[in-house]
Amino acid sequence: MTSLALEKSERAAARPARGRRHTRSYWPFVLPALVVVGSVIVFPWAFTIWMSLHEWQIGGGSSFVGLANFARLGTDLRFHEALVHTIYFTSLAVVLPVVLGLFSAIVFHQNFKGRGFLRGLFVMPMMATPVAIALVWAMMFHPQLGVLNYLLSLVGIPPQLWVFHPSTVIPSLVLVETWQWTPLVMLIVLGGLAAIPTEPYESALIDGATGWQMFWHITLPLVMPFVMVAAIIRSIDAIKSFDIIYAITQGGPGTASETINLYLYSVAFAYYDIGYGSAIALVFFLMVVGLAVLLLWLKKRSQWTEMGAGA
Amino acid sequence: MTASRILNRIGLWFAVVMIVSPGILFFVWMLSLSLKHEIDNAAYPPILIPEQFAWSNYTAVLESNRFGTYFLNSILVTGSATLLGLLVGVPAGYGMARMKATKSAVVVLIARMTPGLSYLIPLFLLFQWLGLMGTLLPQIIIHLVITVPIIIWIMIGYFETTPLELEEAATIDGADRWQVFRHVALPIARPGITVALILSVIFSWNNFVFGIVLAGRETRTLPVAVYNMISFEQLSWGPLAAGALLVTLPVLLLTILAQRQIVAGLTAGAVKGG
Repeated sequence: MTSLALEKSERAAARPARGRRHTRSYWPFVLPALVVVGSVIVFPWAFTIWMSLHEWQIGGGSSFVGLANFARLGTDLRFHEALVHTIYFTSLAVVLPVVLGLFSAIVFHQNFKGRGFLRGLFVMPMMATPVAIALVWAMMFHPQLGVLNYLLSLVGIPPQLWVFHPSTVIPSLVLVETWQWTPLVMLIVLGGLAAIPTEPYESALIDGATGWQMFWHITLPLVMPFVMVAAIIRSIDAIKSFDIIYAITQGGPGTASETINLYLYSVAFAYYDIGYGSAIALVFFLMVVGLAVLLLWLKKRSQWTEMGAGA
Repeated sequence: MTASRILNRIGLWFAVVMIVSPGILFFVWMLSLSLKHEIDNAAYPPILIPEQFAWSNYTAVLESNRFGTYFLNSILVTGSATLLGLLVGVPAGYGMARMKATKSAVVVLIARMTPGLSYLIPLFLLFQWLGLMGTLLPQIIIHLVITVPIIIWIMIGYFETTPLELEEAATIDGADRWQVFRHVALPIARPGITVALILSVIFSWNNFVFGIVLAGRETRTLPVAVYNMISFEQLSWGPLAAGALLVTLPVLLLTILAQRQIVAGLTAGAVKGG
């Protein structure tokens, strides 16, 4: 009884100063999530930094070695090779889906029968279980029995070794990645196209602009920020790509398709070199963040020049 | 005029077919592989529709390989991680949107950028130390890394768009913050919660990398189990394709049924698990 009355009077007293109270009193809603995020996201990070400063083998002991694990990265040729593979794979796996996704978005922006249903089918590759589709792609890549070489033979192209040859393995994996993630780029750009007002087109039509001119001077500049967002998201995902590569090639043949993420997996869970693995994980994370920041900066700059050109 | 319009239509449909066919043909071929006997799968030129369907591929997968156990594991891991994720993520999204503390959502973004493997090393050691390996608990806990950020992210976006007036009216009527959330904000947010639930389920179901490290023989989820079929059955494509299709079928059905919500969630939050 008394506590209720107390609460009531407190509330009445607090009403004028509501603005201040407002922000503080939502903490109980956020607290459980903070505990979860703290224990499964923040704690692992802190522990990873700690481990990266140690020589630490699973089953063996650990000893403090300072920055030796990071120094080791400088002389680890397999890491350097993985870095090259990662850059090669990521740049292809960003550019191709972005270009194709932009094209698909323009097509899906038109009005045609069954658009919603077809968009649903188009989105299926990115929602399907990556390992499951990777296994089927592996069958399709088979040099003798795979359907891809048969399809090539229909148009007179000689059979390829796809993921079984060091020089074609990364482009082949990019093919899968592109097939899978073009829909995400399409969806983001499609959202951008829907937000473009119709007025610029109307005045352009009056001025006698052709379809191509309207695309180049109106659509593309206006949709560019969305393309950049798609490119940023695609970069973060492509550089971290794991399931497809692991399930199809396991980084092979040899180490020809071993990206940093796959190398990290081997170091930590095949060689159980936890200290060195943690160092790689940290450097890898910094690379992802660096890439994201760089692209965000590029996005800002491109918007600025657009505005400059417009004024 | 009409001639050029017809030409435009043909061009558009040609483009539509070009764009959509790789996706459709892939799943058609996957179905075909899963329904053929070994002889037909090894035939050259390849056969799309066999004379005899190999239903035995499916019965083999369903009966052997502890498919039931792995299916149950997947349901338990994805179900628990999603429920726990909703339990902490929906109020958190609400609180962060109302406090206008959306800058703290940067944590969510950082989680999005972090490679899944970098959670695995420390948590793997922790689970070993706690003696949890061999149970489903490690996988349920680590799947929170996927579900919680997705749910918070989508719910912040959703609660920012819901009207404040109703909540203010309820406060004036004497409802406390918890009651306002429970009886006013939550019912309005149901569509947003549905989107968060669907995406969280899909990305948790699809996860592979956490399973290969944390799952033992008894605690495998379906993606890990189907991957392990490769080493067991050397080049028997039929059962392997059937297994792959069964693993991804729930997700594909969900994608077709809840297409609108998925598209809305992906364009709003642009999230992806793992």
